[in-house]
Amino acid sequence: MARRLERLDRGIKVRSEDIFALNSWREMLYILAPRVLPVLALLILGLAASSYWQRVIMQACMFGLLAISWDLLAAVGMVSLGQALFFGVGAYIAGILNHYFGLSPWLTIPLATVGGAGLCTLLLLPVLRLRGIYFSMVTLILPLMIERIIEATKAFGGTEGLSGLASLPQGLLELVAAMVAVWVALFSFTRMMSTDYGLILKGISDNDRAVMSAGLNIYMYKAQALFLASGVAAFAGAYITHAYQFVGMPVFALDYSIMPIAAAAVGGMGTLAGPLLGCFILVPLNELLRGLGGMRTVIYAGLLVVFTVGLPEGVFHYLKRKYTQFERWAEVEQ
Amino acid sequence: MLQGVLIYGLINSVIMVLVAMGFNLTFGISGVANFAYGALYIMAGFLCWSLLSSLGLPYLLAAALSVAATALLAGLLFRFVLLRVRGLVISEVIATFGVGLAILELFRYLGFIGFEYTLPVWLDFYLEMGDIVIDGQRLMILAMGAGLTLFLWAFTRFTRTGRAFRGIAQDERTALTLGINTDLVAAFAVAFGAGYAALAALVILPLGTIAVGEGYDVLVNALAVCIVGGLGSTLGVIVAAFLIGFAQTFTATYGGTHWMMIVSLAALLIILVIKPSGLFGKQKELEERI
Repeated sequence: MARRLERLDRGIKVRSEDIFALNSWREMLYILAPRVLPVLALLILGLAASSYWQRVIMQACMFGLLAISWDLLAAVGMVSLGQALFFGVGAYIAGILNHYFGLSPWLTIPLATVGGAGLCTLLLLPVLRLRGIYFSMVTLILPLMIERIIEATKAFGGTEGLSGLASLPQGLLELVAAMVAVWVALFSFTRMMSTDYGLILKGISDNDRAVMSAGLNIYMYKAQALFLASGVAAFAGAYITHAYQFVGMPVFALDYSIMPIAAAAVGGMGTLAGPLLGCFILVPLNELLRGLGGMRTVIYAGLLVVFTVGLPEGVFHYLKRKYTQFERWAEVEQ
Repeated sequence: MLQGVLIYGLINSVIMVLVAMGFNLTFGISGVANFAYGALYIMAGFLCWSLLSSLGLPYLLAAALSVAATALLAGLLFRFVLLRVRGLVISEVIATFGVGLAILELFRYLGFIGFEYTLPVWLDFYLEMGDIVIDGQRLMILAMGAGLTLFLWAFTRFTRTGRAFRGIAQDERTALTLGINTDLVAAFAVAFGAGYAALAALVILPLGTIAVGEGYDVLVNALAVCIVGGLGSTLGVIVAAFLIGFAQTFTATYGGTHWMMIVSLAALLIILVIKPSGLFGKQKELEERI
């Protein structure tokens, strides 16, 4: 007797899918719980943690923003191997505005977000026509090159960087603001992707020629998506700059490019929430392994390979499947 | 002065050919961008060093063993990691990059840092041409570059395995219907590329010390040469290696060594913007591949 594993949607999922069918607390909770619980859990965790771990959570939030930005670009078919570019440009703009012009963080962070997004979009405008791996290669090379140019020309403090920048208000506000930024980015982009506008963006990644033949200017849409995504990443860069009161060449380092991709691989691509979940797994894990010294990167890289090969769909897709579907063994005729 | 720059430019170009050949071979045949390439290169160096100084093996045996071990490891990497994510480009890149990172950082953790990690030179003599002095090892590099290129050319034309390489490079499904075990051949291709990396390491590393950080530079250089030349095209690799090799030597001489890596990166960027498939990147044409 042959059997196979059959997956079916849960009844409650089908009933609560349509907003007009909500008629019990159970169904409302079923929809609300996966959205509200993580927000509350993170808030409680952040308030309960020691000041060291509060820093880690803040860092995880910023990496989360980078990952959301990565996933948004990937959803439009632009797989970026260089999130460090957006991050670094935002970080340097904030650092320069603060160091040379003495602006307060309340001004530099918004300016760096918009300015960084504009600058990165302009920089990548000539390569928007590139598809697939070629676009990825350009994004991989750009931050490496900017790093070397800063080293060679000694611009903006050269290898020393700019230190002694204005700090953010210490304590809880810094942490809560980071959380707010993450949730705003996550929910607004998820919302955006479910509108007609988001449908066009997804269409570009599925089949860009079909979108073109519908009379839409895909380069315009790609540029807009790039602007949004690089703005989010630039915000993270500016925020981290003021949190650490330092900006230097490391902001263009490979770490900031790899972490979002690793998070997407662990968490699951294509949902925005998946890469964010990946960040909240990887960043604290990274901290826990810090005691191991050099062995940390080895274990970390090993885990990355295990996840990519062993659970290619990612943690988020796995959890979502368990939440919305049930499995049973069905007999198969031979 | 100019004469010296030209000669050292030539040597640097051949180093580039050696460094990029294996990467290009693997990509051209199996379509796998092996981001663990730099790590395999460094690993071959450290393996050979360990066999020589810890076990005291004769040089030829140690060299042969380290090349074989590197190739075997790459073959296993394909069989147990890459085969499961074949065709998913992002996953392939993440997996190979993760493996490479793990290997390199493991060496760093184990304390393989310092000036004592050097490989012996093969030929210890100096050649003087006017006011220019060239050491035997650099001449060896020239010979090795030419030899390996010729060997690859002959191998892919006159042996069964070599022809199978070209077969799956052209069309994997058709190759499958003709009785070629594509997974096995692709594994061979990855192992073969790693073997080339190991040979390149053995001949290039005696010029300096074996440093973990160099693994990343090797990867960037290999990528730059392959993309400028056109991924998967052997002729492209040679032309691009000479372009970048000479450009690097010129900038190092007249501009400063700080700018040397920037040349590779700038060449990459320009070619990606203007002609993304590379100078000779006609993926479909038979003679451009392999």
